Amino acid sequence: MPTLTYRDALNQALREEMQRDPNVFLMGEEVGVYQGAYKVSRGLLEEFGPMRVVDTPIAELGFAGIGVGAAMAGLRPVIEFMTWNFAVLAQDQIVNSAAKLLYESGGQLPLPIVFRGPNGAALQLGAQHSQAWESWLSHIPGLKVVAPATPADAKGLLKSAIRDNNPVIVLEGEMLYNTKGDVPEGEYVVPIGRADVKREGRDVTLICHSKTVTVALKAAEQLAEHEAVSAEVVDLRSLRPLDLEAITTSVAKTNRAVVVEEGWPQCGIGAHVVDVIQRECFDQLDAPVLRVTQADVPMPYNKQLERLAKPSPDKVVAAARHVLYLD
Amino acid sequence: MTTATVQDKKDQAQAELERRMLRQMLLIRRFEEKAAEAYALGKIGGFCHLYIGQEAVAVGSLAALRDDDYVISSYREHGQALARGVSPGAVMAELFGKATGCSKGKGGSMHLFDVGKRFMGGHGIVGGHIPLGAGIGFGIKYKGGDQVCLCYFGEAAVNIGAFHETLNMASVYHLPVIFCCENNRYGMGTAFERVAAVTDVVEHACSYDMAAELVNGMDVLAVHAATQRAVERARTGGHPTLLEMRTYRFMGHSMSDPLHGVYRTKDEVEEQKKRDPISQLALKLREEGALDQTGLDALDAAVRADIEQAVRFADESPDPDPAELFTHVLAD
Repeated sequence: MPTLTYRDALNQALREEMQRDPNVFLMGEEVGVYQGAYKVSRGLLEEFGPMRVVDTPIAELGFAGIGVGAAMAGLRPVIEFMTWNFAVLAQDQIVNSAAKLLYESGGQLPLPIVFRGPNGAALQLGAQHSQAWESWLSHIPGLKVVAPATPADAKGLLKSAIRDNNPVIVLEGEMLYNTKGDVPEGEYVVPIGRADVKREGRDVTLICHSKTVTVALKAAEQLAEHEAVSAEVVDLRSLRPLDLEAITTSVAKTNRAVVVEEGWPQCGIGAHVVDVIQRECFDQLDAPVLRVTQADVPMPYNKQLERLAKPSPDKVVAAARHVLYLD
Repeated sequence: MTTATVQDKKDQAQAELERRMLRQMLLIRRFEEKAAEAYALGKIGGFCHLYIGQEAVAVGSLAALRDDDYVISSYREHGQALARGVSPGAVMAELFGKATGCSKGKGGSMHLFDVGKRFMGGHGIVGGHIPLGAGIGFGIKYKGGDQVCLCYFGEAAVNIGAFHETLNMASVYHLPVIFCCENNRYGMGTAFERVAAVTDVVEHACSYDMAAELVNGMDVLAVHAATQRAVERARTGGHPTLLEMRTYRFMGHSMSDPLHGVYRTKDEVEEQKKRDPISQLALKLREEGALDQTGLDALDAAVRADIEQAVRFADESPDPDPAELFTHVLAD
């Protein structure tokens, strides 16, 4: 199986879907001539031409809305945001237009559109460029939200997103674009709504998605090495719909859980996951569920402060030790 | 065919068009009067924005479109839906929240949809649908079609960023879109000149290298002619146009706003009523001998009967089944 970067896996998914369906097009800032701010769209302008790989002005609200209108006219747009921080300007189109058209039209207007781009903190980009938006986006009925952690999932989920007849949010990770992994060639789709156990274990469940999968896997290694604890790592992959069965199956086995995310603590993804666990796994729980999140502050620029603000393997290990009563 | 006969046929077609436009304007007027009554009776809930006074804009502009063209509008869209041919019963039933409504009772006054008629909605966030109109234009161009998209919005939307972002992109991408600004002079209770540095909306077209036309929005024939020119530009060259229709609403902003409110005087409203688009066209037809008072009365009676039937249909229609709460959230 070929080894690809996360970036090239996304590129492959885009290319294959654009070859498969002439109604699929890519639109966003720097996607064409510049080959993508993060080079996800490398080579696509040359292959598909400017009608299908469309450079836009810096006008997130405008081009997100043009994407929604194009979907209303029967196309399958893929709208790239240079980062999800800039997509805040386009929330009206995502929330008020894309997510609601099917419902408020009484079922007349399905809206096949993908909004994608990097989400969450990278390195020392400061407060406005270091934010994780999944709790905002997965709050909205009418949207689907996915957050792949590996190159294979990135390819498989993006292909599923493009083929879906609903608005799908694809949250990528700037720090993930260079990561490598095995990626199946050709037709490879990952169904939306299925979590994936990235490491099996018996003693505690670490629930995570996107970049925090790497954090949780490192924590699981440390727990195995230093504490003789067997941690199971459940990668949610889809945040809406959420794979409730995967969560409850794992927690029923381990009886303990830690939920890890890049977002802020209040009303986070983890808050929702904990709600599911307390209701569905009440009798199986041996300890309160803990969460590891970004510190409840805007992201600082200073390297040391930034490190302190982010979820880390050490913080996950500490939380796991706590739910295992090892402290 | 002799020249005289060709001219006769043209005159006949024009007379036919004018009679049809008069009927449509009357239909909208009587529909909205009934909607106001039904609102007062509690049969219509929520926000309800009436179109009385602005009928010439919807009727004149939509008469310039083909059936396969697209239409998208704001939340003051009862008039455009009716002029586009959505049945008065389906629109009234939607206002009543009934299962037979054009959006199955899930949209309401601000979200009328009839995709079969390419009526792509009523949208409730001021200016938010302007990029959607351009996106529909993008879809038309992408597929190589020769349709156009007619996008309505009020003058207050011109102060919104979405308007400017969209006009820029529509011009850069050469999209077949007609941006139809219905300038009724007030955004809710705020006079346009109090909040706009440039009060001639058409001036904004210069910033985006776009064709533009200032139109008397109370004259249905002027509206029709200007829209025809814009449609021609869009259909043949993919060039967008900004039309500014100077119009006036005779009612309050919504049903919760009194007739003239505190932001305009009764005298001003009465003065504007002298420009009533329906009276103007009726007068023209009477002067030309095309329609006498008896004919006009008969037309009005026929329209009133249609509206009565629409109200009856809405009244007698069932509410949506409770199971409908969870349908249409996601498509299969």
